[in-house]
Amino acid sequence: MANIAELKSIASQVRRDIVRQVADAQSGHPGGSLGCADLLVALYFEVMKHDPSFNMSGDHEDMFYLSNGHISPVWYSVLARSGYFPVKELATFRKLNTRLQGHPTTHEGLPGVRTASGSLGQGLSVAIGAALAKRLNNDPQLVFCLMGDGEQEEGQVWEAVMFAPHNKVDNLIAIVDRNNQQIDGSLDEVLDLGNLGEKYAAFGWEVLRMDGNNMEEVVATLNKAKSLTGKGKPILIDMKTEMGKGVDYMEGTHKWHGKAPDAELTAKAMAQLEETLGDY
Amino acid sequence: MLDNIKSTGKKATRDGFGAGIDAISGENEQIVVLTADLAGSLKIENFIADYPERYFQVGIAEANMMCIAAGLANGGKIPYTTTFANFSTGRVYDQIRQSIAYSDKNVKICASHAGLTLGEDGATHQILEDIGMMRMLPGMTVINPCDYHQTKAAAMAIADHHGPVYLRFGRPSWPMFTEDMPFEIGKALHMAEGSDISIFATGHMVWQAVEAAKELAKEGISVDLINIHTIKPLDEEAILASVKKTGCAVSCEEHNRMGGLGDAIAQVLTGNHPVPQEFVAVDDSFGESGTPMELLDKYGLSVADVVKAAKRALARK
Repeated sequence: MANIAELKSIASQVRRDIVRQVADAQSGHPGGSLGCADLLVALYFEVMKHDPSFNMSGDHEDMFYLSNGHISPVWYSVLARSGYFPVKELATFRKLNTRLQGHPTTHEGLPGVRTASGSLGQGLSVAIGAALAKRLNNDPQLVFCLMGDGEQEEGQVWEAVMFAPHNKVDNLIAIVDRNNQQIDGSLDEVLDLGNLGEKYAAFGWEVLRMDGNNMEEVVATLNKAKSLTGKGKPILIDMKTEMGKGVDYMEGTHKWHGKAPDAELTAKAMAQLEETLGDY
Repeated sequence: MLDNIKSTGKKATRDGFGAGIDAISGENEQIVVLTADLAGSLKIENFIADYPERYFQVGIAEANMMCIAAGLANGGKIPYTTTFANFSTGRVYDQIRQSIAYSDKNVKICASHAGLTLGEDGATHQILEDIGMMRMLPGMTVINPCDYHQTKAAAMAIADHHGPVYLRFGRPSWPMFTEDMPFEIGKALHMAEGSDISIFATGHMVWQAVEAAKELAKEGISVDLINIHTIKPLDEEAILASVKKTGCAVSCEEHNRMGGLGDAIAQVLTGNHPVPQEFVAVDDSFGESGTPMELLDKYGLSVADVVKAAKRALARK
């Protein structure tokens, strides 16, 4: 079990990996990836029971589904750093013949990915299916699913939000990344979600809130969510994050949603993020 | 051989689907069945009664159903999704494309009420583009069985066929004639030997082709009659062997002439052994309300239309 300081240290390296992947490919989505680094590190290095030798069926393991597939750089870094594939493979991100496609896919056989994502709104449904399979298989482990906040604008999300409580899918923990940014601007401008937690609660979800960039709070809230599973309700964590967290010029703006930094700005980012596990 | 093909009564292909599910779900415990508020139409009532824990009523939410099926497949299940063909394809194309086909999930998309023979509900529900959409997805197997027995056999066979499958069948009572015939995914069924013309037919149009072949026989025209139940992967060998013998072809399908069986066959012919081909298919239009037989007549899918197409092809030899 890692302590909070260790998790923060890993997250710093993951943030370096994110910026370096995107800068090297001159393509990708750094902002949302940086914002979710603390969550994914907490899941893969502390909270989830999982096996980096990777079985597609995930029997007797916790499973993670990334619905907002464009934040692939953070997932790839965390998967590599926890042993699913060689860390040096991060250098192939978004390049021809890579397993690290722009959006995550099973098609090239990358360990850790179970269903392709990128076209938004589908991941929660897939996660529900996986949770139902666990129930049929008498597998007590859990399914985690991360979605974006802009993604909540997709109608299919609400089909899934309605289905899960009706069917008592209580081995599922969904997390929405509330960085309040989407491509065309802030959610307030594009399409306001209002009080998202109240909406999920009205559908019958158990709702928790956390600051997704406070490692202690992330670990504590995820553990609390685990303790609330098996009680007849799916769990939602309404997670506030800062887009671009850790790189000052990327913080709090949608400008870095899907844009790569140039050499000078990459160097500036590297100066702000400590190399803790060794760059690839 | 042709004279031996006889109707032994009528049942809907969707009843064959239900019978197939009933026949296999006891021995194969990984099979789970999902529906989007159409359990009765898809004839899965017995499954629901026998295996309630393996049945998922999703409500009128087809996109959710397709992706739940993908997730269930990750956990080792063999999900059968059941709704109308229209709501099994166009409505959820991106869900199938990303979460099922591209992700190579072992999901069986079971689609009833395909084509014009849905009848009175009209064009909103009469999908004529579904074979094309599903054929275009890499890795998707596409099967359009022709009667009750073949649909039952297909519903059973797809459980043991790893990978995504689109199984297309229909609503109306339809002649049954394949009870003693074999069914193997990807292998065309040679129904009658002939030497003058090849007729390739799928789905409900196979019976129309049988009747047309009998009409043509009366005029001394010998039809090599082949049932293409599996449109993808296509049995190219059977198609080429037939046209090398006959020198001309007719394709018959309850589908738009674009994107379906006729297109698939034309690609094989142009690339390997070009011969004249005529298409019996809906001529790039939507359907409308009417009885199944009225619609087949109006949209050029009657027995007489198959006969006429055969004569056109023969004249082009």
